[in-house]
Amino acid sequence: MHPYTTDMYEGMLAETIMLPGHNGEIINAYYARPLGPGPFPGVVLIHHMPGWDELYREFTRKFAHHGYLAISPNIYFRFGHGSPDDMSAKVRGSGGVPDVSVVGDIDASAHYLKSLPLSNGKSGVFGTCSGGRQAFLVACRTKTFDAAVNCWGGNVVQPKEKLTPAQPVAPIDFTKDLSCPLLGLFGEEDKNPTPESVRLLEEELKKYGKNYEFHMYPGAGHGFFYYPSVSYRPEAAVDGWKKMFTFFEKHLGTPGRGR
Amino acid sequence: MCTGIVETAEVSGSGKGSQGWFKLQQINVSYDHPVDAALEHALNIDFVNPTEGPSARVAVELNPDSARKLVDAILTALARGEKR
Repeated sequence: MHPYTTDMYEGMLAETIMLPGHNGEIINAYYARPLGPGPFPGVVLIHHMPGWDELYREFTRKFAHHGYLAISPNIYFRFGHGSPDDMSAKVRGSGGVPDVSVVGDIDASAHYLKSLPLSNGKSGVFGTCSGGRQAFLVACRTKTFDAAVNCWGGNVVQPKEKLTPAQPVAPIDFTKDLSCPLLGLFGEEDKNPTPESVRLLEEELKKYGKNYEFHMYPGAGHGFFYYPSVSYRPEAAVDGWKKMFTFFEKHLGTPGRGR
Repeated sequence: MCTGIVETAEVSGSGKGSQGWFKLQQINVSYDHPVDAALEHALNIDFVNPTEGPSARVAVELNPDSARKLVDAILTALARGEKR
């Protein structure tokens, strides 16, 4: 990670953009990048179940602050537009966002970042909650990414009775196709994923000789990065962010400050 | 979504949302992350009319005890009302 000193110039551009997503369909995305010529590694952020919200805009800017091209596509775009919580409720009531469009949108977002002259040609994917599950899924279903971070993604292990038309295959069944190193951050008190389902995923990763690193935080449950909520656990969150930036720097190359 | 637990039903009646009264078409009852309640998971009820857009929604997020009290209160009120 770059040392920060108070005499540094820093600049960032953050805005909503339109880009071709799954099947070339136009979607919107929140994009943030450091000012400066780069080259910068890229990270695609997959927003959580509560929606494409303020927290994910903050996370996107956080990655840009740390020297990454960061993009958070609106994976609920096809459901229409409204406040983030109304859209989340609509998606939930409609049976959830289909895995196939998520994979397409995230893959397309990474290709968008890589196409920029500012890119160093590498990209990672990060997601929390349902986005953690989807980050793992995308890393298995595409060969686009150089590193993936799954933060407390529930339903990676999905029994048959929990499969739905939108989520027809349990992500764990794709483990053999995982195409990049994986970092997993989990809470010991989480009910989904439980420590037992994290263990099952770990077994599967070992079985196929995958490059992974899991951390299980005691005293933390689901969503321990979410500072506006009761699930926030400062010690686990601070350590988790640090581990994540170390992991991305290892696999995506040195981030820049945009100087 | 993380639990994926959602039950839906077609309903008729009216609800009052941020834009005033609207006709209800559907209820979505989920056990999942709330947006506002200080809980990891909540019993969430959305009274909606999908034809009027995502903001045609009356939402509540309850802890499980409160949700059971709501069920009991509804059933009791229905029983009393329909006995008359």
